[in-house]
Amino acid sequence: MRERAQIKFLPDGCRLHLHDGPIDLIIEAFGVAGEVNAAYRAAAKRFVTVLDELCGELPLLRQRARAGCPPPVGVIATRMVVAVLPYSERSFITPMAAVAGAVAEEILGSMTSAATLSRAYVNNGGDIALHLVPGESFAVGMVERPDRPSLFGKVELRSTEPVRGIATSGWRGRSFSLGIADAVTVLADRAAMADAAATIIANAVDLPGHPRVTRVPACDLAPDNDLGGRLVTRGVGELSQDEIAAALNAGVAVADLLLSAGLIRSAALHLCGETRIVSISAGSEQVTASPEQSRRSLVHA
Amino acid sequence: MADDEAIRCDACPVLCYIKPGRTGACDRYANDSGKLIRIDPHVVLERVLSRGDSVVPFLDRDREWDGNIVSGPNTFVTAIGAGTTYPDYKPAPFIISSAVEGVDMVTVVTEGIFSYCGVKLKIDTDRYLGPETNLVRAQGEAVGHVTTSEYGSQMLSLGGVRHLTGGSRREGTVTCETLLNLCDRKPVELTIDEGATVVVQAGKPPVVDGIPEERMRVGCGSATIGMFAKQWHGKVDEVVVVDDHITGVLSEHQAGKLLGIPETGIEMKGRRSTPGRYFRVAEPGTAWGGTNIEDPLSILREFDPKIAWPKLRLLMVSTTGEHYAYFELDEALRPVEKELPAALTESVARIKENCEPALSTVLFMGGAGGSLRAGVTENPVRLTHSVRDALTRVTCGGAPVYVWPGGGITFMVDVTRMPDHAFGYVPTPALVAPIEFTLKLENYAALGGYMDHVRPLNSILQGEARRHLSANPGNPWPLNSTKSPGPDQ
Repeated sequence: MRERAQIKFLPDGCRLHLHDGPIDLIIEAFGVAGEVNAAYRAAAKRFVTVLDELCGELPLLRQRARAGCPPPVGVIATRMVVAVLPYSERSFITPMAAVAGAVAEEILGSMTSAATLSRAYVNNGGDIALHLVPGESFAVGMVERPDRPSLFGKVELRSTEPVRGIATSGWRGRSFSLGIADAVTVLADRAAMADAAATIIANAVDLPGHPRVTRVPACDLAPDNDLGGRLVTRGVGELSQDEIAAALNAGVAVADLLLSAGLIRSAALHLCGETRIVSISAGSEQVTASPEQSRRSLVHA
Repeated sequence: MADDEAIRCDACPVLCYIKPGRTGACDRYANDSGKLIRIDPHVVLERVLSRGDSVVPFLDRDREWDGNIVSGPNTFVTAIGAGTTYPDYKPAPFIISSAVEGVDMVTVVTEGIFSYCGVKLKIDTDRYLGPETNLVRAQGEAVGHVTTSEYGSQMLSLGGVRHLTGGSRREGTVTCETLLNLCDRKPVELTIDEGATVVVQAGKPPVVDGIPEERMRVGCGSATIGMFAKQWHGKVDEVVVVDDHITGVLSEHQAGKLLGIPETGIEMKGRRSTPGRYFRVAEPGTAWGGTNIEDPLSILREFDPKIAWPKLRLLMVSTTGEHYAYFELDEALRPVEKELPAALTESVARIKENCEPALSTVLFMGGAGGSLRAGVTENPVRLTHSVRDALTRVTCGGAPVYVWPGGGITFMVDVTRMPDHAFGYVPTPALVAPIEFTLKLENYAALGGYMDHVRPLNSILQGEARRHLSANPGNPWPLNSTKSPGPDQ
């Protein structure tokens, strides 16, 4: 039995919650009341067809992305493919790696084209699309482990910076990961870009074949998952400091590449309590940051 | 692609194949041993103006958003579906903070597994259900017993640890199922040894031996005489109100004497208690006034010819007005049934009107044991003290409870005030019931609460699957006051 999309305010009366199937969005717009209301109405109107649009092309979106593949029809699906294509040659990636960010962008776009807002965000389970007019900024809290939210650091995103998308990936999150990162948070120009990049970097934080990492074929857990028989991480045992450093180094190497290619603006990689920051100001230096340090580094990003 | 054990979820167009024991992409639907179930960790009561729509719609297909916003203090998280952490000594599954009129409140929600629990059934009927202390059976198994009757009602006590775990496996399972069905407000057929078969359902009239009960008696036969004597005066010479307990006779009753109603020479069967009041005019039963009589004249002897007179008008009526008959004496002073005169119709109707609808009511009763209380505080007895001191309010699925005086936290709750499907069971067998403790944050800290596990209300509302319900408008709002631990309206 098909449930209808649910759209309602959270108890604070400010944020709107949009839910349909596996999609959960928390959105908030800032501006004069009439404009905020108009934005919410536009978001709700756009939202109700999103899941059906995506599901109509689900088989295609679950296949490995390759340059020259037949393009999808939908605007969100197209955004997903565009976001993952830069990685398709070197890595296995499907457009589904960018679905959350791409949906967030779409809803944010519907809001900003319908109303004049000073700021707005669409948070799709941690993958966030942002809108900022000149002079505005957002304070964004970061968590070290998605399953155990505790603020690890705070990032201030200013309108002068190009960052309009945030995404987090890791094996402890809702989606499967090929790597062992607790969480990789990425700042990028767009949410779909951030989403795809976080997936790629989190996959790269890894110790291939390590005996204390439990891996299970994705299809054993979810038969129709886009990762098929690939091994996804289900548990990480105790690792030595050297092993943690090696895994993080592998991730940082990939993040550095993405940074220099302009695909991301900044990334924070978390594994077993250790954190590495990759950002423009840090360059290719590998910084092990305490919460205070990482905050400083990211503010400089 | 489909795995044999996996099932396809059709709750949304993603159509996930879900393996046993796993959830779909939404984390809301799961495969529970081949069955698709919705996981609803929380039932969230929302305080809206009317029952009906369960969520506050923003933009509906049918209508526009009405501007209503549900704000924090108007949302109460119940324990239904919260799960439980005990028998481990761990904090309860959810400890939620919210601000109410500027005061930080904490609600600790958990589901209790109750082996020591049962239901008290109040069955509004004067019909005889069976001898006190006799066994009550469901599906042939003993699930409880007949306990002391109350005014106008028969009382059954069902469940309890002896039937749940003390008898045969089947006795325990049937008892658990019976309790669960009663608490879920489903109809249950019960048979009393040497007594009646009764179908009970919370909030519905009982059905005794196939006959639905309609009304509770307004009073015993004697009381009915007292209440209606004035209305009969002058319209009839004699009235007998037939009752299994005390049958009243107008001309002999104090109320009749006060009105100067003359003697009629009526001779009653049964044992005279005081003037105009008779015990045991017949055996208990399911006919007139809770007796076994079908013919009211069978409780009369012949009229005394020295006193009675031909054409004497006699009304016989049961305590609920359901049964009545009108007689006039013939020349031989034998009662002959006649049509009820219009002047008396009203009084019979009034007896009926004054009898409230007969219902079956189900109170769940259970005790929160030490382990459950340990989920709230590291020092379980302090929670008991806090409830005693009226600092902590106990609710059951958001419904008010009556907490018994004395030790422990033993409470009763009217199941009709609770949300649907509030109860569950474990194979022990034992019942699973929601229980919430609400108190001020400062008091929670003082009693040794798990302060580091307190979560803001918003985190529950946005983070996890939940069922939103309108609050029952008949219940006091659980967050409004922590004053009274007793049943308050």
